[in-house]
Amino acid sequence: MSLGLPFLLAAVLGLSVLGFFVGRARALAGVGGQIRDLHSLPAHYGAYVALWCGLPNLVLIAAWLLFEPRLIEVLVVGSLPAALRTLPADQFGLLLTDLRNLASGDVVSRDVDEALRAAAAQIVRYDEIGDMALTVVALTLAIAGMAVAQRRIAADFRARVAIERLLMILVVASSTIAVLTTIGIVLSLAFESVRFFAKVPIHEFLFGLKWSPQIAIRADQIGASGAFGAIPLFAGTFLITLIAMLVAVPVGLMAAIHLSEYASRRTRAVVKPMLEILAGVPTVVYGFFAAITVAPMIRDAGNFFGLDVASASALAAGLVMGVMIIPFVSSLSDDVITAVPQALRDASSALGATESETIVRVVLPAALPGIIAAVLLAVSRAIGETMIVVMAAGLAANLTANPLQAVTTVTVQIVTLLVGDQEFDSAKTLAAFALGLTLFAITLALNMIALRVVRRYREIYE
Amino acid sequence: MNSRPRPIADPARLRRRHAAERRFRLYGVAAVALAVGALALLLATIVVKGHGAFLQTRILVEVYFDAGEIDPSGTRDAANLRRGNYTVLAKRALYQHFPAVSERRERRSLARLLSTGNDLVLRALVRDDPDLIGTRQAVWLIASDDVDMLVKGHVSRDLGEGDRPLDDAQLGWFDALVADHRIEQAFNTMFLSRGASREPELAGVLGAAAGSAWAILICILVSVPLGVMAAVYLEEFAPQNRWTDLIEVNINNLAAVPSIVFGLLGLAVFLNFFGLPRSAPLVGGLVLALMTLPTIIISARAALLAVSPSIRDAALGVGASRVQVVLHHVLPQAMPGMMTGTIIGMARALGETAPLLMIGMVAFIVDVPTGPLDPATALPVQIYLWANSPERAFVEKTSGAIMVLLGFLILMNTAAVWLRTRFEGRR
Repeated sequence: MSLGLPFLLAAVLGLSVLGFFVGRARALAGVGGQIRDLHSLPAHYGAYVALWCGLPNLVLIAAWLLFEPRLIEVLVVGSLPAALRTLPADQFGLLLTDLRNLASGDVVSRDVDEALRAAAAQIVRYDEIGDMALTVVALTLAIAGMAVAQRRIAADFRARVAIERLLMILVVASSTIAVLTTIGIVLSLAFESVRFFAKVPIHEFLFGLKWSPQIAIRADQIGASGAFGAIPLFAGTFLITLIAMLVAVPVGLMAAIHLSEYASRRTRAVVKPMLEILAGVPTVVYGFFAAITVAPMIRDAGNFFGLDVASASALAAGLVMGVMIIPFVSSLSDDVITAVPQALRDASSALGATESETIVRVVLPAALPGIIAAVLLAVSRAIGETMIVVMAAGLAANLTANPLQAVTTVTVQIVTLLVGDQEFDSAKTLAAFALGLTLFAITLALNMIALRVVRRYREIYE
Repeated sequence: MNSRPRPIADPARLRRRHAAERRFRLYGVAAVALAVGALALLLATIVVKGHGAFLQTRILVEVYFDAGEIDPSGTRDAANLRRGNYTVLAKRALYQHFPAVSERRERRSLARLLSTGNDLVLRALVRDDPDLIGTRQAVWLIASDDVDMLVKGHVSRDLGEGDRPLDDAQLGWFDALVADHRIEQAFNTMFLSRGASREPELAGVLGAAAGSAWAILICILVSVPLGVMAAVYLEEFAPQNRWTDLIEVNINNLAAVPSIVFGLLGLAVFLNFFGLPRSAPLVGGLVLALMTLPTIIISARAALLAVSPSIRDAALGVGASRVQVVLHHVLPQAMPGMMTGTIIGMARALGETAPLLMIGMVAFIVDVPTGPLDPATALPVQIYLWANSPERAFVEKTSGAIMVLLGFLILMNTAAVWLRTRFEGRR
């Protein structure tokens, strides 16, 4: 390390600030201090020079940091002895990791011979050369940028237009991040899933009844061939989601009705923030609560009635998940109930209906599309929820509809398959991506349907 | 018409309808009570189980700072002092209170009343004051987690000897120490000032909190500028066409994508494709940024929409360019609303666990991370890890860590509410 990255960034920043003042001073000097003769404000000229100074540099430094390690790797590998260069892919990866650790002075997992030590020394040397070159190139680029930009400055130069054009490029670029993220999700999930389906046929995954993702360590091992039938996971997810909805929909909906139609202003002012707190509690806290309080409570209650309850029952996870979703359902329903025009309620009251009759026969039917959308969104929330089920539901893939037994879910399996160390392209790891793709597709579909329901069946009262 | 009209106000029917009305109201009250009751039960459970994490059991012993063990060369050189065998000093100090205990096995069992981390305590004392060497001092040493649990009432003495963590002899020694007023409970500074540990009595949340802080810092640096710029484009400049429609649909859909899917994205893109280090808060922050971006864009757009159009018209009227209108007038007006949305988004990111599990921020890490590239965990992940630990004492630590996390969340949400009310009042 000759200077270090922070120092380099600080130097570039400093040059940019200098560029700002140089640009402004030059613009002012060009018109003899008469600002009104300039096309743009003096600060625009300063910013123009500063951007020319700093922006290309940021791009350069980012690209350099990204590609320098790869380049060094290629160079060093080229000089390794042929015996090491022709190792199988996985061993070769280990060798590279060891080399990198050796170069940074860390512990390595093999005996270090002369060739390795030489290669490591080479990495260190290339690193130094690279850092030095980066410093020189970056500083040259900054000064060159400053020189070019300030040459352009003249009274009629449209600095503001140039800067605004750059700003527009930036805002347009950042608005595309959302699309890029979606593409990234779809591509990464699809790419790994395709590799998974090359090992396990897709119909076996979607319709298989047995899930046991153990892969045989030895070829002659019995009973550990690995079964990737995801039906038990889907069933478990469905069971827990159903329990959660049985809790969340009636309670959330009734709470919303009570708050919007009956409750006094004071009650609302107290209860609404409480529901917001309930919504803000992290899911890992709910998971802990389910595992340490609710599950034992249910087990004890079950034992009291002589029932056999698993220690990690679907009921415990589902109930707590239901509690988590109550505020979600109630706040969405509250919005749609409040949006129903008062005139409908007044008309119903005028005909002699009681308040509850008005709500059940007039307000709820009018708000129904919104409520259905809220429930669909809540279902998608429940399906994708991870921490509660990871901590409170089981790992065993039982195909059962009994809520007192342990079931497992799609998200639990994704976490179990990916937490811990394993190779990246084993069927086990790839299965997690196939499950992720399924999860993404289902939640996306639910969300789209919810939006469409709202748009299509919304009653227009005007 | 000669037939009598049907009585509209049939009293029996009216009574039924009014009973139905009362029942309906009762359902509503019951639903609210259930939700509030669940919240109360949840918080009460956490506080009841977790307040003990802030208390530490300590044992008062006379420690002889034997120069032969910690400074054999007599140079008082700091590097030498650091290497001394302080564990022996702690054990000897305890043995000395029970001269009758002399057999090796018994002594080892006696030493188990003390935590294995007392060398840290004694080393710190000597580092601060080397003159202690050769003297005899009364020092409060940390008790082991089993003693700690006994003091806090989580170990039942009625169980059979084999079923409880402390045997009869250890209980006897403990009672002798209590009778001698040598056991106390004090505020547990280690819980707030240390990283994770395998020993519950030594474990702290600082490492996880620092990991969270780095991840949230990265998350803010990435998601706030991107989110605000995207919102400005969509709300102020974007033409109404298919491309912007696509962007809007995407943002709404991303807001509903499960967080674990963002974890998978981070694993596939940041770790495997770009080769960023595992377990680093940098990657965690990037994943959290992508996750919170839709929330931030949506709230920032709402804040921009709330700015009165007359402000824009006035600025345009006096000759500002459209960019100047946004930069000089609209953004400053929308800033409080954007900040409120951002803080709420960050509070959600702080409590998020699942995506961090995917990118390997679940390792057992003792050191407090000092940069965004150091391996680290985050507070919610630490809660998950401790919740999975078998020792009884970790239940208390888990709840304690939850209290710390909830404390931060309450702080952030209060800040958001304060911002909202303060700037709403001004307009």
